[in-house]
Order: sequence, then structure tokens, then C-alpha cells
Amino acid sequence: MGKVKLLREDGLRHDGRRPDELRPIRMQVGVLNKASGSALVEYGATKILAAVHGPREIPQRHLLLPSRAILRCRYHMLTFSTHERKSPAPSRREIELSKVIREALEPVVMAEVFPRTAIDVFIEVINADGGTRTASVTAASLALADAGIPMRDLVIGVAVGKVDGVLVLDIDEAEDMYGEADMPVAVAPSLGIVTLLQLNGVLTREEFNEALKLALKGAQTIYSMAREALKSRYLEVKVEE
Amino acid sequence: MSSKEARRVLVVPGEVICEGEYKVLTPNYIIKVNGKYVATAVGLAQVNEDSKELSFIPLEGCYVPQVDDIVVGYVVDVGLTYWEVDIRAPFTATLYAVDFLGRPVNPAKEDLSNYLSTGDTVIAKIEIFDRNRGPIITTKGKGLGKVIHGTIVEISPVKVARVIGRRGSMHQLLQSETSCDITVARNGRILINCPNKELEDILVMAILKIEREAHIPGLTDRIKEFIIREKVKRGLIGGEGKAT
Repeated sequence: MGKVKLLREDGLRHDGRRPDELRPIRMQVGVLNKASGSALVEYGATKILAAVHGPREIPQRHLLLPSRAILRCRYHMLTFSTHERKSPAPSRREIELSKVIREALEPVVMAEVFPRTAIDVFIEVINADGGTRTASVTAASLALADAGIPMRDLVIGVAVGKVDGVLVLDIDEAEDMYGEADMPVAVAPSLGIVTLLQLNGVLTREEFNEALKLALKGAQTIYSMAREALKSRYLEVKVEE
Repeated sequence: MSSKEARRVLVVPGEVICEGEYKVLTPNYIIKVNGKYVATAVGLAQVNEDSKELSFIPLEGCYVPQVDDIVVGYVVDVGLTYWEVDIRAPFTATLYAVDFLGRPVNPAKEDLSNYLSTGDTVIAKIEIFDRNRGPIITTKGKGLGKVIHGTIVEISPVKVARVIGRRGSMHQLLQSETSCDITVARNGRILINCPNKELEDILVMAILKIEREAHIPGLTDRIKEFIIREKVKRGLIGGEGKAT
């Protein structure tokens, strides 16, 4: 394997961040006007657009449930989101991520309010630079909130990785590819529940506990940004004179 | 007055509104988690310390039908004995021909599109809606039926309450200031009939302003001022004059 230096001599990461530092994060809600709710989320160079349609009736009536709404989720990478052209057909990975993102959102969405309907979440990866699933979870939960669908909490995704033996927060593509471990986590911070936890690579028990702590700390920071993003739409409205 | 005591806060899902024992008036929007009241949507939470009541005004959301709501719908499909009507709810509503025509219909002899066809607008009332079936609407009643003339302004269904105002105050204000006939449907479609184009323009602008600034206090006074200013600008009333 080609030697990629992920940790510099001064202890900072290859892009100059401290191990527990997030990438610059930007969030915007209500970016699309045809969707019920939408959000644009950027974790560094990773850029995700999420749109929510519904609750609505769907032609596939056999899927509907009499007691609650069903949540359908599609994670999709645009052809130009990666270095090499990504085929637009859904890959095995995208189908899996659609499922895990849906399962990360289901515990917070109050689906019982809308029986016999479907809530569709469409997630498009515009630019991929590591952490697309975690940014997608954040974007999807913001879009759901923007659509006015009752939720017990927002869900925030953030990944922790291990590079050169050091645990680092919010890994990018290089750290994901050449690092030793990668652990995406999604949490509902107010409820205090973890809705997504995957681990690729090897961590000791102590490292795992440390990594989870780091992820929760990172999620808390992103959580306050997400709340601000949702509120700013209303706080920015000025009374016209 | 109890409303003066109510504290209003802008909240997002998962945000704690308060602790203690309160009566929750809007159960879908406020839940109790570990003894704390938590918001489930983006909106204004109202805490009334005197009556120990909590209520919630959502700022986002779709229309959820309720029996006896007045709605404005667009016909999307013509069946043999019924019409399917889009009422901006998660479900399309059914309007039976027996109800609309007031007599039984023979589908072999009559084509329902002669009475209402796709794209037509009706103003109706929700007659039946429960968890088992989609909404059934009726056009029996005063002011209900096919819409022949007027303009429809669409706003977010959650902001309809602002256009009506407390005990209909905003609705009355809009009607008296612009002398237009206004029907506010619960699904966010507002049917207006105005004496002239200028008053219609003013009214549409006022309604959209209400939607934009729904969460900022002092709305009724601002809208009154706005309408008067627009009327002066258009020469409908003179100078600093008061609207009559």
C-alpha cells in the first residue's frame, strides 16, 4: 500500500485539523420548493441534498400499514460525485445505505400520526469526500423537520476513525481509505439514543468506548448547528416596513 | 387575560420546552420524555404558567383533514358515481355524485364530467374521515359547491389559523379593509372575490405577508397598516386618511 501520511509530526491531521476537530459544516433547510421539506448539508467537501415528500398516498397500496406511515429512503450518489464516474444504477452499497439510513431515522419519526401513508426521503450525494452516510442522516432529519413531520428528536450523524493509532473525529475520504478503522454513528442527542452504529476495521474495547465518546461530543456540536439552521429561517424574517 | 401570560418560544424537534406538570393541548406536537416536555416539530411553543397549559403552533406541516373542516379542492379524477378531489391532504377525497347532485345517478345514462370535470374547483366540507378510510366530502350546505369565480391564494395549511386570527379578527379585518369576500379553507386555499383588481392585489399581498410573518407578534396591527398604506399608494384613499 502506498504510504499516505495521515498524521503529521505536529499531531495534526493531513488537512490540518486536530484529532477531535470537525470539518467546516454548513447546513441550509428549505432549499427546494417542490418538496415538502429539504436540506443541504456539507461536511467539508462532502455535500448532500435531501428531500422529503409526503406523508402521501402511494400506488403500491400493499406496502401501506393501517397503524402508521411507512418511511422509504433512497440514498443515491450522483454520477459526478466521485473521482471516477459512478454508474447511476443503485449499487449494492447504495441499497444497504438506504436501509441503514432509514433505520437510523425510524426511531424518531412519529409515523403513527399518519396511518396509511408513505413518507419518502430522497438523498442525493452531490460530492463525496468521506462520511456521506453520516451527513445523509443529518440532512434527512433536517429535511423531515422542514416538512413538518413530527419527530421525537433530530438525528445527527458523525463518523470516528483511527489513523496511525489515533482516534479522529469526522473522517474524510483519505482517512477512510487509508486509516485503520472507520465507525459511523448516528445519535438522537436529546433522547440519548444511538440509532446507527457501524464499525469497519479493528478497535480495542477501550478505543471503542473512547471513539463513541468522541462521536457523541461531535454530534452534540453538529446538533446545535442543526437547531440553529432550522430556526434561522424564522429568525431571519424581518418585518417589512 | 390568559394569552398575555403565555410565553412563546421558537423550538425545533427534540428541544425541551419546560419541566413540571402541564396540560398538553396539542399532543402530536408535544411529548413527555423523562419528565420534560419536548417539541416534535418546528414551531412556537406556548407555555401558560397560570393555567398550566402547553400548546403548540407548528410553522411547517401538511394538512390533516378533520371532520367539519371547510376545504377547497381540485377535481383530479371523474369516476362512475363519484369524483376524486385533491384537498392537499395525504389522501385524495371522494365526493359522491348523489351528494353533489342531490339525486341518484345512473352511470349508464349520465357522464359525471358534464357536472364537474378534471381541474374544476369545489368548496366542500369534510363529512367523514377516520383511520380506516380516506376523507369523504360533501357540498351540502351554505356556500358550498362548485366554484365559478374568484381567485385562489395558496398558503401553508399550518398558517391558516393566522389568516383567521383570534375569534376571526384577522378575517374580519381583511374583509372590512378590502371589501372582498374571503373564504378561508382549512387546507390553506383561500378563495377571494374582490370588487376590483387593485383591492385583489392588496389582499393577496396582505395574505402572503401574513404567511411570511406568521410567527412575529403584532401581526393584526401590521396588516392593517400595510393595507392602508397600499391603498394610499394606489390612490384608493386620500393622504393620511383612515380607512373606512
